Amino acid sequence: MPLEPILAFFLIRYMRKNLRTFSPDLGWDKILTRAIYGVVILFVILFIVDHFLSVDKVTIWIWHLLLLAIVYISFTLPLFSRVRTVMVAVLPLIVLSLSGDILKSIDGNLYNRIETFIDIAFAVAITWMVAMLIKSTKQNKALEKERKRTLDEEERSRFIEAQKVELEIIVAERTAEITKQKDELQHTLTELKTTQTQLIHSEKMASLGELTAGIAHEIQNPLNFVNNFSEVNFELIEEMKNELLSGNTNEAVAIAENIKDNEKKIIHHGKRADAIVKGMLQHSRSSSGQKELTDINALADEYLRLSYHGLRAKDKSFNATMETHFDESLEKLKVIPQDVGRAFLNLFTNAFYAVSEKKNLAINTDVINGQAYVPTVIICTKKLNGKVQVSVRDNGMGIPKKALDKIFQPFFTTKPSGQGTGLGLSLSYEIITQGHGGDIRVETKEGEFAEFIIDLPTEK
Amino acid sequence: MNVLVVDDEKDMETLFQQRFRKEIREKTIDFFFASSGEDALYYLEKHTHEAVLILSDINMPGMSGLQLLKMIKQKFENPPPVVMMITAYGDDENYKQAMSLGADDFLTKPIDFNLLKDKLNTKINGKDISS
Repeated sequence: MPLEPILAFFLIRYMRKNLRTFSPDLGWDKILTRAIYGVVILFVILFIVDHFLSVDKVTIWIWHLLLLAIVYISFTLPLFSRVRTVMVAVLPLIVLSLSGDILKSIDGNLYNRIETFIDIAFAVAITWMVAMLIKSTKQNKALEKERKRTLDEEERSRFIEAQKVELEIIVAERTAEITKQKDELQHTLTELKTTQTQLIHSEKMASLGELTAGIAHEIQNPLNFVNNFSEVNFELIEEMKNELLSGNTNEAVAIAENIKDNEKKIIHHGKRADAIVKGMLQHSRSSSGQKELTDINALADEYLRLSYHGLRAKDKSFNATMETHFDESLEKLKVIPQDVGRAFLNLFTNAFYAVSEKKNLAINTDVINGQAYVPTVIICTKKLNGKVQVSVRDNGMGIPKKALDKIFQPFFTTKPSGQGTGLGLSLSYEIITQGHGGDIRVETKEGEFAEFIIDLPTEK
Repeated sequence: MNVLVVDDEKDMETLFQQRFRKEIREKTIDFFFASSGEDALYYLEKHTHEAVLILSDINMPGMSGLQLLKMIKQKFENPPPVVMMITAYGDDENYKQAMSLGADDFLTKPIDFNLLKDKLNTKINGKDISS
Protein backbone atom coordinates (compact mmCIF):
# COMPACT_ATOMS: atom_id res chain seq x y z
CA MET A 1 0.00 0.00 0.00
CA PRO A 2 1.89 3.11 -1.27
CA LEU A 3 -0.55 5.68 0.22
CA GLU A 4 1.45 6.51 3.29
CA PRO A 5 4.86 7.11 1.63
CA ILE A 6 3.23 9.33 -0.99
CA LEU A 7 1.35 11.27 1.68
CA ALA A 8 4.52 11.63 3.73
CA PHE A 9 6.46 12.82 0.68
CA PHE A 10 3.93 15.44 -0.32
CA LEU A 11 3.22 16.62 3.21
CA ILE A 12 6.90 17.25 3.93
CA ARG A 13 7.31 19.04 0.58
CA TYR A 14 4.23 21.12 1.31
CA MET A 15 5.60 22.02 4.73
CA ARG A 16 8.89 23.09 3.20
CA LYS A 17 7.27 25.14 0.48
CA ASN A 18 4.97 26.77 3.01
CA LEU A 19 7.85 27.54 5.29
CA ARG A 20 9.88 29.09 2.44
CA THR A 21 7.01 31.31 1.39
CA PHE A 22 5.82 32.65 4.71
CA SER A 23 8.48 32.35 7.35
CA PRO A 24 11.89 31.36 6.01
CA ASP A 25 13.82 29.32 8.57
CA LEU A 26 17.18 27.99 7.41
CA GLY A 27 17.42 25.26 10.06
CA TRP A 28 14.02 23.73 9.38
CA ASP A 29 14.44 24.14 5.64
CA LYS A 30 17.54 21.98 5.78
CA ILE A 31 15.83 19.34 7.97
CA LEU A 32 12.80 19.16 5.68
CA THR A 33 14.93 18.89 2.54
CA ARG A 34 16.81 16.03 4.11
CA ALA A 35 13.48 14.49 5.18
CA ILE A 36 12.28 14.52 1.57
CA TYR A 37 15.37 12.69 0.39
CA GLY A 38 15.04 10.42 3.44
CA VAL A 39 11.44 9.52 2.50
CA VAL A 40 12.46 8.70 -1.07
CA ILE A 41 15.46 6.61 0.02
CA LEU A 42 13.40 4.91 2.75
CA PHE A 43 10.70 4.16 0.24
CA VAL A 44 13.18 2.55 -2.14
CA ILE A 45 14.87 0.59 0.65
CA LEU A 46 11.59 -0.60 2.17
CA PHE A 47 10.24 -1.44 -1.27
CA ILE A 48 13.30 -3.65 -1.95
CA VAL A 49 13.14 -5.11 1.52
CA ASP A 50 9.42 -5.81 1.07
CA HIS A 51 9.94 -7.32 -2.33
CA PHE A 52 12.59 -9.75 -1.24
CA LEU A 53 11.69 -10.38 2.34
CA SER A 54 7.95 -9.82 2.32
CA VAL A 55 7.95 -7.96 5.61
CA ASP A 56 5.01 -5.91 4.48
CA LYS A 57 3.49 -5.99 7.90
CA VAL A 58 6.48 -4.30 9.49
CA THR A 59 7.25 -1.51 7.00
CA ILE A 60 3.74 -0.13 7.09
CA TRP A 61 4.20 0.84 10.74
CA ILE A 62 7.27 2.86 9.88
CA TRP A 63 5.21 4.96 7.49
CA HIS A 64 2.40 5.26 10.03
CA LEU A 65 4.86 6.48 12.65
CA LEU A 66 6.37 8.93 10.21
CA LEU A 67 2.99 10.37 9.35
CA LEU A 68 2.03 10.66 13.03
CA ALA A 69 5.29 12.45 13.66
CA ILE A 70 4.58 14.90 10.85
CA VAL A 71 1.08 15.60 12.19
CA TYR A 72 2.44 15.94 15.69
CA ILE A 73 5.14 18.42 14.64
CA SER A 74 2.62 20.41 12.62
CA PHE A 75 0.28 20.79 15.51
CA THR A 76 2.81 21.47 18.22
CA LEU A 77 5.30 23.87 16.59
CA PRO A 78 3.92 27.41 16.00
CA LEU A 79 6.21 27.63 13.01
CA PHE A 80 3.94 25.27 11.08
CA SER A 81 0.62 26.83 12.05
CA ARG A 82 -0.10 27.52 8.41
CA VAL A 83 0.05 23.87 7.30
CA ARG A 84 -2.53 22.79 9.89
CA THR A 85 -5.45 23.10 7.47
CA VAL A 86 -3.81 20.59 5.13
CA MET A 87 -3.05 18.36 8.09
CA VAL A 88 -6.70 18.50 9.11
CA ALA A 89 -7.58 17.51 5.55
CA VAL A 90 -5.38 14.41 5.55
CA LEU A 91 -5.79 13.53 9.23
CA PRO A 92 -8.96 11.38 8.84
CA LEU A 93 -7.25 9.42 6.08
CA ILE A 94 -4.16 8.83 8.20
CA VAL A 95 -6.20 7.89 11.27
CA LEU A 96 -8.46 5.64 9.23
CA SER A 97 -5.53 3.89 7.54
CA LEU A 98 -3.79 3.43 10.91
CA SER A 99 -6.95 2.18 12.59
CA GLY A 100 -7.59 -0.20 9.68
CA ASP A 101 -4.11 -1.66 9.90
CA ILE A 102 -4.33 -1.98 13.70
CA LEU A 103 -7.69 -3.74 13.40
CA LYS A 104 -6.35 -5.95 10.63
CA SER A 105 -3.47 -7.11 12.77
CA ILE A 106 -5.59 -7.68 15.87
CA ASP A 107 -8.68 -9.25 14.40
CA GLY A 108 -8.50 -10.04 10.67
CA ASN A 109 -11.99 -11.54 10.61
CA LEU A 110 -13.63 -8.45 12.05
CA TYR A 111 -11.72 -6.36 9.57
CA ASN A 112 -12.95 -8.45 6.68
CA ARG A 113 -16.51 -8.26 7.97
CA ILE A 114 -16.56 -4.49 8.24
CA GLU A 115 -14.33 -3.88 5.20
CA THR A 116 -17.24 -2.42 3.28
CA PHE A 117 -17.69 0.21 6.00
CA ILE A 118 -14.00 0.87 6.08
CA ASP A 119 -14.04 1.43 2.31
CA ILE A 120 -16.95 3.80 2.69
CA ALA A 121 -15.07 5.55 5.48
CA PHE A 122 -12.05 5.80 3.17
CA ALA A 123 -14.24 7.31 0.48
CA VAL A 124 -15.60 9.84 3.00
CA ALA A 125 -12.08 10.58 4.27
CA ILE A 126 -10.80 11.10 0.72
CA THR A 127 -13.78 13.34 -0.10
CA TRP A 128 -13.11 15.28 3.08
CA MET A 129 -9.48 15.52 2.15
CA VAL A 130 -10.24 16.81 -1.36
CA ALA A 131 -12.77 19.31 -0.02
CA MET A 132 -10.38 20.50 2.63
CA LEU A 133 -7.52 20.77 0.14
CA ILE A 134 -9.63 22.82 -2.22
CA LYS A 135 -10.58 25.07 0.68
CA SER A 136 -6.99 25.26 1.78
CA THR A 137 -5.85 26.12 -1.74
CA LYS A 138 -8.40 28.89 -1.87
CA GLN A 139 -7.30 30.13 1.51
CA ASN A 140 -3.68 29.97 0.48
CA LYS A 141 -4.40 31.85 -2.70
CA ALA A 142 -6.12 34.57 -0.70
CA LEU A 143 -3.25 34.59 1.75
CA GLU A 144 -0.78 34.69 -1.06
CA LYS A 145 -2.63 37.60 -2.57
CA GLU A 146 -2.67 39.37 0.76
CA ARG A 147 1.00 38.67 1.23
CA LYS A 148 1.80 39.94 -2.22
CA ARG A 149 -0.17 43.06 -1.55
CA THR A 150 1.69 43.62 1.70
CA LEU A 151 4.95 42.99 -0.08
CA ASP A 152 3.95 45.37 -2.84
CA GLU A 153 3.03 47.96 -0.29
CA GLU A 154 6.28 47.49 1.52
CA GLU A 155 8.10 47.71 -1.76
CA ARG A 156 6.22 50.84 -2.63
CA SER A 157 6.79 52.48 0.74
CA ARG A 158 10.46 51.52 0.46
CA PHE A 159 10.49 53.07 -3.00
CA ILE A 160 8.73 56.17 -1.68
CA GLU A 161 11.16 56.33 1.21
CA ALA A 162 14.07 56.08 -1.19
CA GLN A 163 12.53 58.73 -3.38
CA LYS A 164 11.98 60.91 -0.35
CA VAL A 165 15.61 60.65 0.59
CA GLU A 166 16.61 61.38 -2.98
CA LEU A 167 14.25 64.33 -3.10
CA GLU A 168 15.59 65.66 0.15
CA ILE A 169 19.08 65.53 -1.26
CA ILE A 170 17.93 67.36 -4.38
CA VAL A 171 16.06 69.90 -2.27
CA ALA A 172 19.14 70.44 -0.15
CA GLU A 173 21.22 70.92 -3.31
CA ARG A 174 18.69 73.31 -4.75
CA THR A 175 18.47 75.21 -1.50
CA ALA A 176 22.22 75.55 -1.42
CA GLU A 177 22.16 76.69 -5.05
CA ILE A 178 19.40 79.20 -4.40
CA THR A 179 21.12 80.48 -1.29
CA LYS A 180 24.27 80.92 -3.33
CA GLN A 181 22.36 82.73 -6.04
CA LYS A 182 20.64 84.86 -3.44
CA ASP A 183 23.99 85.81 -1.97
CA GLU A 184 25.32 86.59 -5.42
CA LEU A 185 22.27 88.70 -6.20
CA GLN A 186 22.58 90.47 -2.88
CA HIS A 187 26.18 91.21 -3.73
CA THR A 188 25.25 92.43 -7.19
CA LEU A 189 22.51 94.59 -5.71
CA THR A 190 24.95 96.18 -3.30
CA GLU A 191 27.33 96.78 -6.19
CA LEU A 192 24.54 98.26 -8.27
CA LYS A 193 23.54 100.57 -5.47
CA THR A 194 27.12 101.73 -5.14
CA THR A 195 27.31 102.22 -8.90
CA GLN A 196 24.06 104.14 -8.85
CA THR A 197 25.37 106.46 -6.16
CA GLN A 198 28.55 106.92 -8.16
CA LEU A 199 26.58 107.54 -11.36
CA ILE A 200 24.39 110.12 -9.69
CA HIS A 201 27.53 111.75 -8.37
CA SER A 202 29.20 111.72 -11.77
CA GLU A 203 26.05 113.11 -13.34
CA LYS A 204 26.21 115.95 -10.82
CA MET A 205 29.86 116.43 -11.65
CA ALA A 206 29.13 116.36 -15.38
CA SER A 207 26.49 119.03 -15.00
CA LEU A 208 28.89 120.94 -12.81
CA GLY A 209 31.42 120.71 -15.65
CA GLU A 210 28.83 122.15 -18.01
CA LEU A 211 28.30 124.89 -15.51
CA THR A 212 31.92 125.74 -14.88
CA ALA A 213 32.27 128.08 -17.82
CA GLY A 214 28.96 129.71 -17.01
CA ILE A 215 29.98 130.08 -13.42
CA ALA A 216 33.36 131.54 -14.38
CA HIS A 217 31.62 134.08 -16.59
CA GLU A 218 29.07 134.84 -13.92
CA ILE A 219 31.76 135.38 -11.30
CA GLN A 220 33.97 137.40 -13.63
CA ASN A 221 31.33 140.08 -14.14
CA PRO A 222 30.76 140.97 -10.47
CA LEU A 223 34.51 140.74 -9.82
CA ASN A 224 35.15 143.23 -12.61
CA PHE A 225 32.68 145.59 -11.01
CA VAL A 226 34.27 145.17 -7.60
CA ASN A 227 37.70 145.92 -9.05
CA ASN A 228 36.54 148.82 -11.20
CA PHE A 229 34.47 150.54 -8.54
CA SER A 230 37.31 150.10 -6.07
CA GLU A 231 39.71 151.77 -8.47
CA VAL A 232 37.24 154.58 -9.07
CA ASN A 233 36.83 155.05 -5.33
CA PHE A 234 40.61 155.21 -4.95
CA GLU A 235 40.70 158.09 -7.40
CA LEU A 236 37.64 159.74 -5.87
CA ILE A 237 39.15 159.68 -2.39
CA GLU A 238 42.24 161.39 -3.79
CA GLU A 239 40.03 164.02 -5.40
CA MET A 240 38.03 164.45 -2.21
CA LYS A 241 41.23 165.03 -0.27
CA ASN A 242 42.25 167.74 -2.70
CA GLU A 243 38.83 169.39 -2.50
CA LEU A 244 38.98 169.32 1.30
CA LEU A 245 42.47 170.83 1.29
CA SER A 246 41.17 173.57 -1.02
CA GLY A 247 38.26 174.13 1.35
CA ASN A 248 35.56 173.06 -1.13
CA THR A 249 33.43 171.21 1.41
CA ASN A 250 30.33 170.99 -0.78
CA GLU A 251 32.31 169.41 -3.61
CA ALA A 252 33.93 167.01 -1.11
CA VAL A 253 30.51 165.95 0.23
CA ALA A 254 29.29 165.32 -3.33
CA ILE A 255 32.32 163.12 -3.96
CA ALA A 256 31.76 161.31 -0.65
CA GLU A 257 28.20 160.59 -1.83
CA ASN A 258 29.62 159.06 -5.00
CA ILE A 259 32.05 156.97 -2.99
CA LYS A 260 29.18 155.73 -0.86
CA ASP A 261 27.16 154.71 -3.92
CA ASN A 262 30.17 152.95 -5.35
CA GLU A 263 30.70 151.10 -2.10
CA LYS A 264 27.11 149.90 -2.33
CA LYS A 265 27.85 148.57 -5.80
CA ILE A 266 31.00 146.86 -4.52
CA ILE A 267 29.08 145.19 -1.72
CA HIS A 268 26.28 144.19 -4.09
CA HIS A 269 28.63 142.60 -6.62
CA GLY A 270 30.74 140.99 -3.93
CA LYS A 271 27.63 139.34 -2.57
CA ARG A 272 26.62 138.33 -6.06
CA ALA A 273 29.91 136.50 -6.59
CA ASP A 274 29.58 135.00 -3.15
CA ALA A 275 26.11 133.66 -3.96
CA ILE A 276 27.34 132.12 -7.20
CA VAL A 277 30.18 130.31 -5.46
CA LYS A 278 27.80 129.12 -2.76
CA GLY A 279 25.37 127.91 -5.41
CA MET A 280 28.17 126.02 -7.13
CA LEU A 281 29.18 124.38 -3.89
CA GLN A 282 25.58 123.47 -3.21
CA HIS A 283 25.29 121.93 -6.60
CA SER A 284 28.33 119.71 -6.23
CA ARG A 285 27.56 118.74 -2.68
CA SER A 286 25.33 115.76 -1.98
CA SER A 287 21.87 116.97 -1.19
CA SER A 288 21.54 117.81 2.46
CA GLY A 289 17.87 116.94 2.06
CA GLN A 290 17.00 120.05 3.97
CA LYS A 291 13.94 121.82 2.64
CA GLU A 292 14.00 125.55 2.99
CA LEU A 293 11.82 128.43 1.90
CA THR A 294 13.02 129.26 -1.60
CA ASP A 295 12.17 131.92 -4.14
CA ILE A 296 11.39 129.77 -7.17
CA ASN A 297 11.69 132.71 -9.57
CA ALA A 298 15.17 133.60 -8.32
CA LEU A 299 16.25 129.96 -8.38
CA ALA A 300 15.04 129.50 -11.95
CA ASP A 301 16.67 132.75 -13.03
CA GLU A 302 20.02 131.84 -11.46
CA TYR A 303 20.18 128.42 -13.08
CA LEU A 304 18.95 129.81 -16.39
CA ARG A 305 21.88 132.23 -16.50
CA LEU A 306 24.36 129.57 -15.45
CA SER A 307 23.06 127.17 -18.05
CA TYR A 308 23.07 129.77 -20.81
CA HIS A 309 26.57 131.01 -20.12
CA GLY A 310 27.80 127.46 -19.77
CA LEU A 311 26.59 126.67 -23.27
CA ARG A 312 27.79 130.01 -24.61
CA ALA A 313 31.27 129.30 -23.32
CA LYS A 314 31.35 125.92 -25.02
CA ASP A 315 29.84 126.99 -28.30
CA LYS A 316 30.80 130.54 -29.25
CA SER A 317 28.25 130.74 -32.02
CA PHE A 318 25.45 129.65 -29.74
CA ASN A 319 22.84 132.23 -29.02
CA ALA A 320 19.25 132.09 -27.91
CA THR A 321 16.51 134.42 -26.91
CA MET A 322 15.44 133.86 -23.34
CA GLU A 323 12.03 134.97 -22.24
CA THR A 324 11.10 134.85 -18.62
CA HIS A 325 7.54 135.32 -17.44
CA PHE A 326 7.83 135.18 -13.70
CA ASP A 327 4.71 135.42 -11.59
CA GLU A 328 5.82 137.97 -9.02
CA SER A 329 2.99 137.02 -6.65
CA LEU A 330 4.63 133.64 -6.13
CA GLU A 331 5.13 132.83 -2.48
CA LYS A 332 8.33 131.16 -1.37
CA LEU A 333 8.17 127.36 -1.51
CA LYS A 334 9.64 124.82 0.88
CA VAL A 335 11.97 122.87 -1.37
CA ILE A 336 15.52 121.54 -1.44
CA PRO A 337 17.01 124.38 -3.51
CA GLN A 338 20.04 122.55 -4.92
CA ASP A 339 17.84 119.60 -5.99
CA VAL A 340 15.14 121.66 -7.65
CA GLY A 341 17.91 123.83 -9.12
CA ARG A 342 19.46 120.73 -10.66
CA ALA A 343 16.09 119.73 -12.13
CA PHE A 344 15.70 123.23 -13.60
CA LEU A 345 19.25 123.14 -14.92
CA ASN A 346 18.59 119.86 -16.73
CA LEU A 347 15.48 121.27 -18.38
CA PHE A 348 17.27 124.49 -19.40
CA THR A 349 20.28 122.65 -20.75
CA ASN A 350 18.00 120.34 -22.74
CA ALA A 351 16.03 123.29 -24.07
CA PHE A 352 19.18 125.13 -25.16
CA TYR A 353 20.53 121.93 -26.68
CA ALA A 354 17.28 121.47 -28.63
CA VAL A 355 17.28 124.98 -30.07
CA SER A 356 20.98 124.85 -30.95
CA GLU A 357 20.41 121.55 -32.78
CA LYS A 358 17.67 123.14 -34.82
CA LYS A 359 19.79 126.22 -35.39
CA ASN A 360 22.62 124.05 -36.67
CA LEU A 361 20.21 122.39 -39.09
CA ALA A 362 19.22 125.81 -40.37
CA ILE A 363 22.75 127.23 -40.29
CA ASN A 364 23.07 127.56 -44.05
CA THR A 365 19.78 129.23 -44.73
CA ASP A 366 19.01 130.71 -41.33
CA VAL A 367 15.45 130.24 -42.43
CA ILE A 368 12.85 127.67 -41.49
CA ASN A 369 9.46 127.62 -43.19
CA GLY A 370 10.15 130.94 -44.82
CA GLN A 371 10.89 132.67 -41.53
CA ALA A 372 14.18 133.39 -39.85
CA TYR A 373 14.63 130.91 -37.04
CA VAL A 374 15.02 132.59 -33.66
CA PRO A 375 16.07 130.05 -31.04
CA THR A 376 13.85 130.83 -28.08
CA VAL A 377 13.54 129.42 -24.61
CA ILE A 378 10.61 130.60 -22.52
CA ILE A 379 10.43 130.15 -18.77
CA CYS A 380 7.08 130.68 -17.06
CA THR A 381 6.12 130.50 -13.43
CA LYS A 382 2.50 130.51 -12.43
CA LYS A 383 0.56 130.30 -9.23
CA LEU A 384 -2.21 127.72 -9.51
CA ASN A 385 -4.62 126.29 -7.00
CA GLY A 386 -2.48 124.49 -4.40
CA LYS A 387 0.59 124.38 -6.61
CA VAL A 388 3.23 126.35 -8.42
CA GLN A 389 3.76 125.62 -12.09
CA VAL A 390 7.09 126.11 -13.78
CA SER A 391 7.22 125.54 -17.52
CA VAL A 392 10.24 125.48 -19.79
CA ARG A 393 9.36 125.76 -23.43
CA ASP A 394 11.73 125.73 -26.37
CA ASN A 395 11.06 126.02 -30.07
CA GLY A 396 13.68 123.39 -30.88
CA MET A 397 13.54 119.98 -32.42
CA GLY A 398 10.76 118.61 -30.23
CA ILE A 399 10.70 115.01 -29.06
CA PRO A 400 9.99 112.13 -31.46
CA LYS A 401 6.96 110.03 -30.51
CA LYS A 402 8.96 106.84 -30.11
CA ALA A 403 11.27 108.50 -27.58
CA LEU A 404 8.49 110.15 -25.63
CA ASP A 405 7.76 107.39 -23.14
CA LYS A 406 11.46 106.77 -22.54
CA ILE A 407 12.74 110.25 -21.82
CA PHE A 408 12.38 109.92 -18.05
CA GLN A 409 14.10 106.52 -18.01
CA PRO A 410 17.63 106.38 -16.66
CA PHE A 411 20.37 106.21 -19.32
CA PHE A 412 18.06 107.16 -22.15
CA THR A 413 19.70 109.83 -24.25
CA THR A 414 19.44 111.05 -27.80
CA LYS A 415 22.77 112.83 -27.62
CA PRO A 416 25.78 111.25 -29.33
CA SER A 417 27.50 108.75 -27.06
CA GLY A 418 29.80 110.37 -24.55
CA GLN A 419 27.90 113.64 -24.57
CA GLY A 420 25.09 112.82 -22.20
CA THR A 421 24.83 110.55 -19.21
CA GLY A 422 21.15 109.91 -19.88
CA LEU A 423 20.50 110.58 -16.24
CA GLY A 424 19.48 114.24 -16.38
CA LEU A 425 15.76 113.87 -16.91
CA SER A 426 15.43 110.72 -14.83
CA LEU A 427 17.09 112.53 -11.92
CA SER A 428 14.89 115.57 -12.49
CA TYR A 429 11.88 113.30 -12.48
CA GLU A 430 12.96 111.72 -9.22
CA ILE A 431 13.67 115.08 -7.60
CA ILE A 432 10.29 116.52 -8.56
CA THR A 433 8.04 113.48 -7.95
CA GLN A 434 9.68 111.62 -5.10
CA GLY A 435 11.59 114.43 -3.51
CA HIS A 436 8.89 117.06 -3.61
CA GLY A 437 5.61 115.26 -4.28
CA GLY A 438 5.22 117.19 -7.51
CA ASP A 439 4.68 116.25 -11.11
CA ILE A 440 6.67 116.68 -14.29
CA ARG A 441 5.30 116.15 -17.77
CA VAL A 442 6.03 117.12 -21.32
CA GLU A 443 4.12 118.45 -24.26
CA THR A 444 5.78 118.42 -27.62
CA LYS A 445 5.39 118.51 -31.36
CA GLU A 446 8.19 116.97 -33.30
CA GLY A 447 10.25 119.57 -35.12
CA GLU A 448 8.38 122.47 -33.51
CA PHE A 449 8.54 122.68 -29.75
CA ALA A 450 8.91 120.91 -26.43
CA GLU A 451 7.50 122.14 -23.17
CA PHE A 452 8.34 120.62 -19.82
CA ILE A 453 5.86 121.44 -17.10
CA ILE A 454 6.68 121.07 -13.43
CA ASP A 455 4.02 121.25 -10.75
CA LEU A 456 5.23 121.78 -7.21
CA PRO A 457 2.66 121.54 -4.41
CA THR A 458 2.49 124.49 -2.04
CA GLU A 459 2.91 122.88 1.35
CA LYS A 460 0.58 123.88 4.12
CA MET B 1 31.23 162.84 -29.30
CA ASN B 2 28.41 160.41 -28.56
CA VAL B 3 29.34 157.00 -27.25
CA LEU B 4 26.71 154.28 -27.05
CA VAL B 5 27.49 151.56 -24.54
CA VAL B 6 25.61 148.29 -25.09
CA ASP B 7 25.71 145.84 -22.20
CA ASP B 8 23.12 143.79 -20.36
CA GLU B 9 24.80 144.63 -17.04
CA LYS B 10 22.98 147.72 -15.81
CA ASP B 11 25.80 148.75 -13.47
CA MET B 12 28.02 149.25 -16.52
CA GLU B 13 26.26 152.59 -16.88
CA THR B 14 27.26 153.75 -13.37
CA LEU B 15 30.78 152.48 -13.89
CA PHE B 16 31.24 154.36 -17.17
CA GLN B 17 29.80 157.50 -15.64
CA GLN B 18 32.27 157.26 -12.78
CA ARG B 19 35.25 156.33 -14.89
CA PHE B 20 34.64 159.07 -17.42
CA ARG B 21 33.35 161.68 -14.97
CA LYS B 22 35.99 164.18 -16.09
CA GLU B 23 35.17 163.74 -19.79
CA ILE B 24 31.46 163.96 -19.02
CA ARG B 25 31.99 167.07 -16.91
CA GLU B 26 34.09 168.64 -19.64
CA LYS B 27 31.53 167.48 -22.25
CA THR B 28 34.14 165.88 -24.49
CA ILE B 29 32.12 162.66 -24.48
CA ASP B 30 28.39 162.10 -24.14
CA PHE B 31 27.45 158.61 -22.98
CA PHE B 32 24.28 156.77 -23.89
CA PHE B 33 23.38 153.33 -22.69
CA ALA B 34 21.44 150.38 -24.10
CA SER B 35 20.94 147.11 -22.24
CA SER B 36 20.40 144.96 -25.32
CA GLY B 37 21.13 144.80 -29.03
CA GLU B 38 17.49 145.58 -29.75
CA ASP B 39 17.65 148.71 -27.56
CA ALA B 40 20.83 149.78 -29.32
CA LEU B 41 19.24 149.48 -32.76
CA TYR B 42 16.25 151.46 -31.53
CA TYR B 43 18.58 154.22 -30.33
CA LEU B 44 20.48 154.27 -33.60
CA GLU B 45 17.27 154.47 -35.62
CA LYS B 46 16.32 157.56 -33.62
CA HIS B 47 19.69 159.18 -33.94
CA THR B 48 20.57 158.55 -37.57
CA HIS B 49 23.18 160.78 -39.13
CA GLU B 50 24.72 161.45 -35.74
CA ALA B 51 28.28 160.36 -35.51
CA VAL B 52 28.34 157.68 -32.88
CA LEU B 53 30.96 155.42 -31.42
CA ILE B 54 29.53 152.12 -30.23
CA LEU B 55 30.99 149.99 -27.45
CA SER B 56 29.19 146.68 -27.42
CA ASP B 57 29.33 143.58 -25.29
CA ILE B 58 29.16 140.36 -27.32
CA ASN B 59 27.60 138.04 -24.84
CA MET B 60 24.06 139.22 -24.23
CA PRO B 61 20.71 137.51 -23.98
CA GLY B 62 18.67 137.86 -27.13
CA MET B 63 20.54 139.53 -29.95
CA SER B 64 24.23 139.00 -29.48
CA GLY B 65 26.83 141.73 -29.91
CA LEU B 66 28.03 140.09 -33.13
CA GLN B 67 24.54 140.13 -34.61
CA LEU B 68 24.23 143.76 -33.61
CA LEU B 69 27.56 144.52 -35.27
CA LYS B 70 26.45 142.83 -38.48
CA MET B 71 23.20 144.78 -38.58
CA ILE B 72 24.87 148.12 -37.79
CA LYS B 73 27.39 147.64 -40.58
CA GLN B 74 24.58 146.74 -43.01
CA LYS B 75 22.08 149.42 -42.04
CA PHE B 76 24.05 152.49 -41.08
CA GLU B 77 26.45 153.60 -43.76
CA ASN B 78 26.30 157.33 -43.53
CA PRO B 79 28.28 158.11 -41.49
CA PRO B 80 29.65 154.62 -40.72
CA PRO B 81 29.73 154.26 -36.96
CA VAL B 82 32.85 153.07 -35.21
CA VAL B 83 32.08 149.80 -33.41
CA MET B 84 34.33 148.46 -30.67
CA MET B 85 33.56 145.04 -29.28
CA ILE B 86 34.06 144.26 -25.63
CA THR B 87 33.78 140.68 -24.47
CA ALA B 88 34.59 138.39 -21.59
CA TYR B 89 35.43 135.69 -24.14
CA GLY B 90 38.60 137.00 -25.72
CA ASP B 91 39.22 133.90 -27.81
CA ASP B 92 40.39 133.74 -31.41
CA GLU B 93 37.05 132.62 -32.73
CA ASN B 94 35.22 135.62 -31.33
CA TYR B 95 37.99 137.99 -32.44
CA LYS B 96 38.06 136.69 -36.04
CA GLN B 97 34.31 136.77 -36.31
CA ALA B 98 34.13 140.32 -34.96
CA MET B 99 36.83 141.49 -37.33
CA SER B 100 35.30 139.80 -40.36
CA LEU B 101 32.01 141.50 -39.54
CA GLY B 102 33.80 144.84 -39.61
CA ALA B 103 34.50 145.63 -35.98
CA ASP B 104 36.87 148.58 -35.56
CA ASP B 105 38.40 147.30 -32.37
CA PHE B 106 38.27 144.39 -29.96
CA LEU B 107 38.66 144.71 -26.19
CA THR B 108 38.42 142.07 -23.51
CA LYS B 109 36.86 142.26 -20.08
CA PRO B 110 37.87 143.28 -17.50
CA ILE B 111 37.97 146.60 -19.30
CA ASP B 112 41.24 148.48 -19.04
CA PHE B 113 39.73 151.94 -18.71
CA ASN B 114 43.04 153.75 -19.24
CA LEU B 115 43.51 151.93 -22.51
CA LEU B 116 39.90 152.63 -23.47
CA LYS B 117 40.33 156.32 -22.63
CA ASP B 118 43.42 156.48 -24.83
CA LYS B 119 41.61 154.80 -27.68
CA LEU B 120 38.60 157.12 -27.37
CA ASN B 121 40.85 160.18 -27.20
CA THR B 122 42.69 159.02 -30.30
CA LYS B 123 39.38 158.67 -32.13
CA ILE B 124 38.29 162.13 -31.01
CA ASN B 125 41.53 163.93 -31.74
CA GLY B 126 43.05 161.91 -34.54
CA LYS B 127 40.09 161.05 -36.75
CA ASP B 128 38.00 164.01 -35.79
CA ILE B 129 34.62 162.37 -35.51
CA SER B 130 32.90 165.15 -33.75
CA SER B 131 29.24 166.02 -34.07
